[in-house]
Amino acid sequence: VGEMETAPKPGRDVPPKKDKLQTKRKKPRRYWEEETVPTTDGASPGPPCNKKNRELCPQRPKNAHILKKSRISKKPQVPKKPREWKNPESQRSLSGAQDPFPGPAPVPVGVVQKFCRIDKSRKLPRSKAKTRSRLEVAEAEEEETSIKAARSELLLAEEPGGMGARRRRSCRVLIFFFFFHSSLSQHFDLNLRQFGPYRLNYSRTGRHLAFGGRRGHVAALDWVTKKLMCEINVMEAVRDIRFLHSEALLAVAQNRWLHIYDNQGIELHCIRRCDRVTRLEFLPFHFLLATASETGFLTYLDVSVGKIVAALNARAGRLDVMSQNPYNAVIHLGHSNGTVSLWSPAMKEPLAKILCHRGGVRAVAVDSTGTYMATSGLDHQLKIFDLRGTYQPLSTRTLPHGAGHLAFSQRGLLVAGMGDVVNIWAGQGKASPPSLEQPYLTHRLSGPVHGLQFCPFEDVLGVGHSGGITSMLVPGAGEPNFDGLESNPYRSRKQRQEWEVKALLEKVPAELICLDPRALAEVDVISLEQGKKERIERLGYDPEAKAPFQPKPKQKGRSSTASLVKRKRKVMDEEHRDKVRQSLQQQQQQQQQQKEAKAKSTGARPSALDRFVC
Amino acid sequence: MKVKMLSRNPDNYVRETKLDLQRVPRNYDPTLHPFEVPREYVRALNATKLERVFAKPFLASLDGHRDGVNCLAKHPKNLATVLSGACDGEVRIWNLTQRNCIRTIQAHEGFVRGICTRFCGTSFFTVGDDKTVKQWKMDGPGYGEEEEPLHTILGKTVYTGIDHHWKEAVFATCGQQVDIWDEQRTNPICSMTWGFDSISSVKFNPVETFLLGSCASDRNIVLYDMRQATPLKKVILDMRTNTICWNPMEAFIFTAANEDYNLYTFDMRALDTPVMVHMDHVSAVLDVDYSPTGKEFVSASFDKSIRIFPVDKSRSREVYHTKRMQHVICVKWTSDSKYIMCGSDEMNIRLWKANASEKLGVLTSREKAAKDYNQKLKEKFQHYPHIKRIARHRHLPKSIYSQIQEQRIMKEARRRKEVNRIKHSKPGSVPIVSEKKKHIVAVVK
Repeated sequence: VGEMETAPKPGRDVPPKKDKLQTKRKKPRRYWEEETVPTTDGASPGPPCNKKNRELCPQRPKNAHILKKSRISKKPQVPKKPREWKNPESQRSLSGAQDPFPGPAPVPVGVVQKFCRIDKSRKLPRSKAKTRSRLEVAEAEEEETSIKAARSELLLAEEPGGMGARRRRSCRVLIFFFFFHSSLSQHFDLNLRQFGPYRLNYSRTGRHLAFGGRRGHVAALDWVTKKLMCEINVMEAVRDIRFLHSEALLAVAQNRWLHIYDNQGIELHCIRRCDRVTRLEFLPFHFLLATASETGFLTYLDVSVGKIVAALNARAGRLDVMSQNPYNAVIHLGHSNGTVSLWSPAMKEPLAKILCHRGGVRAVAVDSTGTYMATSGLDHQLKIFDLRGTYQPLSTRTLPHGAGHLAFSQRGLLVAGMGDVVNIWAGQGKASPPSLEQPYLTHRLSGPVHGLQFCPFEDVLGVGHSGGITSMLVPGAGEPNFDGLESNPYRSRKQRQEWEVKALLEKVPAELICLDPRALAEVDVISLEQGKKERIERLGYDPEAKAPFQPKPKQKGRSSTASLVKRKRKVMDEEHRDKVRQSLQQQQQQQQQQKEAKAKSTGARPSALDRFVC
Repeated sequence: MKVKMLSRNPDNYVRETKLDLQRVPRNYDPTLHPFEVPREYVRALNATKLERVFAKPFLASLDGHRDGVNCLAKHPKNLATVLSGACDGEVRIWNLTQRNCIRTIQAHEGFVRGICTRFCGTSFFTVGDDKTVKQWKMDGPGYGEEEEPLHTILGKTVYTGIDHHWKEAVFATCGQQVDIWDEQRTNPICSMTWGFDSISSVKFNPVETFLLGSCASDRNIVLYDMRQATPLKKVILDMRTNTICWNPMEAFIFTAANEDYNLYTFDMRALDTPVMVHMDHVSAVLDVDYSPTGKEFVSASFDKSIRIFPVDKSRSREVYHTKRMQHVICVKWTSDSKYIMCGSDEMNIRLWKANASEKLGVLTSREKAAKDYNQKLKEKFQHYPHIKRIARHRHLPKSIYSQIQEQRIMKEARRRKEVNRIKHSKPGSVPIVSEKKKHIVAVVK
């Protein structure tokens, strides 16, 4: 394009003096040219007169402007900038027509925020110029990728489901009346009264459903096509059931031990080290099966190698409330004293303990972004906690009977099973907590609820109860657009095999489970400083220490010894003053902290004797 | 009331026929890709392990010489052709693709001390112990013709090295003095000396083509400008420098291979402090050659190994050795930057990959993408202790390994003594000399 501007084609190019002539002989308008394009000087390429062209360009969309501004204002010396914005003249095409939509396509700021991995509110640390420039380049690249990812949002094929806002509470018959035929096939009831209340689990792709009844009935099926994979009776009480990484393996917590079956119903393993298991959770990226037992142990079993990674004693009696945080693979255990404890296999002690309820905790669930935790307790309360550091309840609601089971959907809907009633609450969007004022949907089942799970990538809620299994429709529950490389409901056998190999290759070690999964990417400041200290000790001096100020000799005759000393003195004094100022500030801070601590320790009411202490 | 349900048409997600590619819809939403950092870390760990698994750098050994290989030269126009001179005066020309010798010349009596090709690739020069400089045609003689040099110059003293100008018909030899020759004449254009010792090597600067560097056995490196009759400046080091090599990308940078087991990269504008001291060898470094990219160089050492150093790092990134390779006398990095050749005492020339785990041959686009991705990951996580340990690990022969341990102890003791001396003397009276400055004796202009 640049070449074209330096040597425009002879036929088109008209020097600016001959404007009149050109108006008379109108150029034939092409179909891609807009009608509003002025014929006098805008349509002809003309000499490379930058200012004019720039003025003629239609205004960029507003948010694109904002983005560019933020870029420039934050990092003035970023060397890399998108190529499109460098020269506005390049917007003209070869034919001389102007692009009606110049510049890059607009990107909504909110969407970019979603993909942003760097906290921009934090300032870059003071560092050497080389490190700093590298950090800046990395940040610019990061911004670029987030913009690209945001732009690719446009390509997503499906839209999430939902209900009109006018009448939300409605009976389910009405709802089902409106649904498509395909949706109708997603709603079904399995009438299995014989084998008692059921627990159920969907596979990670949302394609397969496994359920186990209290009286030993275990079955797995492809619930979309309703093809049964296996059906057995284990002749023992089934406490919980869980798919492992794929639908080919099934873990069943039976009365004595933990058993693993394949999709034919053949028993592959009986794990006797996990006995009297009450709840199962599978951490798909770590290939860990977490089991909570009656004996009070939380055991992590690595299913890829068959070893027990950690057996942690929770020291809180029988464990039967467990859920995992899908964001950081931390296991949440609910206890009878009203606390919820957070566990990782790397630590013998809980990572955190949250006092949630006055009575015991009955159910815990964590949403897919790892931001909110819903708990319900024996005090009939349902609470939603913020897990981002504060661990404070955001909203509370007292339910008439209290909820025995809780589950979050992929898009942040919260379901609670209370007796034989299922209540669903919805929030404003994916990243907001569900508001507990008005339920989004309510449904009554034929028996008391025993297991709940939203089906991934579908608007379906599976409920296991004493009368069997109910698959009910919940508009707006599932994530509409799946990622084909992560979990693909439509994957073929070959694709599954390939995925399995890749997933096993990048199995995350159990030691890396911690509250912040991005902590691995942070700089390890402590060991860095330790290393620096050791180095100074080894060398006997600090190689990075600032050399004392040495004044440079000035013009001939000006740099007498006295003036040199004076200048040196001046700098030294300044440094000294800085040091004093800093130490004073520190002292003040310490005093303030001490005061606060004292006020806390003495209690809210100040004592009259306090004045004598300081 | 409006109710909308999520309903997908399976036809949009499943391929129509078996001949189609599988459809893989993507969604980059971070909540669908949890554990981004730990997974990338594991991938980087796997990539690093695979790199070590596939590190098979040795490609071929070219045998045929009947004495130790003393010098090597690259063909300037042909990647497959390599010339080598041996200690019995024999010069061989090799074809690297066929890995055989295509021509043998008995060039000198005694050692072939130096060999260099003309920039056009039609002829090459050799110097030997028999006090002659000979010019040979690159192509062999016709049928029935005698193998004879194009020109022979009889000198007065032994020549120990030769290098050709990169653009003009001029070459330089060294011995008692540095001589600059015109190809057409039998007398040097000019002779330059500084001190009275034998000069072991002379090299033309590939960028600033009038500059030369030479190193002599009285421990100094001397720089010359061909356009003036006197040398520019010299730097005196602790011990003798065996060879120098100019950086082909940065005109003023050169690296010197020293007898004190180190290599020194100098900026010729400031010779008083080397830009970097490269230390990893455990015996005298005999030869050095830059990669054409100017980012790395390879060094050959008396400790029976060759090492690859990044220009800006003081430690080597790679060490190559075999059980049979003896003292490595000469080394060259090929012009396509992919291979390294080294000639050693036990009459063999060995061909190595410059990047030990690189896959040779044409890569498919998917392979290439995977390679690039892995490379980036390795780069991103290179400082993590577990990954760093795996990436740095090299198996070493016992002799080198024990030498390293021994030298570490010696160095530690010396350092401790120095620290104690500083500690117990008046502050400031014992100056702290950095490692870079320690080995420079003087700079003379």
